[in-house]
Amino acid sequence: MISVIYLARLRDALGVSKEEIPAAENVADLLAILRSRGGSWACELAEGKAFKVAVNHALVPPETPLNAGDEVAFLPPVTGG
Amino acid sequence: MPVRIQTADFDMSAEIATMRKANPKIGAVASFVGVVRDMNDGDAVAGMFLEHYPVMTESALQEIIAEAHTRWDFFDALIIHRVGQLAPLDQIVFVAVTSAHRGDAFDACHFIMDFLKTNAPFWKRESTPAGERWVDARVTDDAAAARWKR
Repeated sequence: MISVIYLARLRDALGVSKEEIPAAENVADLLAILRSRGGSWACELAEGKAFKVAVNHALVPPETPLNAGDEVAFLPPVTGG
Repeated sequence: MPVRIQTADFDMSAEIATMRKANPKIGAVASFVGVVRDMNDGDAVAGMFLEHYPVMTESALQEIIAEAHTRWDFFDALIIHRVGQLAPLDQIVFVAVTSAHRGDAFDACHFIMDFLKTNAPFWKRESTPAGERWVDARVTDDAAAARWKR
């Protein structure tokens, strides 16, 4: 299983803070699975939308492979400071 | 390279005194404090909630300080960032840098703050008369961080 976490604005827009996905080959594959749900998933995670992906707490590009036990987080643009 | 994420307020004088303690080689201390305003994008702001991604926040801030160390010669950098519920006038963030001369302290402090704005996983949700809303990321923050690209 892969743990998927949605933060801040994305969590509110998708209505989910955390879920488990059985498997995904890499980040791009996981994104395809999530987008295929349609609705706000397809819209919020669409290509070109400003969000970043972290795997095990480090920002990564879409081709990053995923393994069982990984924690993937979707981060909307940050607004701290 | 100390980094602290906390709900409690901070005392910048006490923090700077601790950083300077027993180091007569320090000739400059540059610092920045960010505070909550009562207005944003033309709307009154009654308060805001600072959310972060706890497992990632500290390492993201440490990386920013480590990057600053590769660019400038300074002794220490401190970042304190508050999370949770804050009200107008509250302090949000503190950055301080100690160095031998002012140039390194000024530039490293400026750099750390600019990169914190675009690279550290914090999010602001503010309360306005129209309800709660997530603060939008600013293009000007990206531009500020881009100035330091090399």
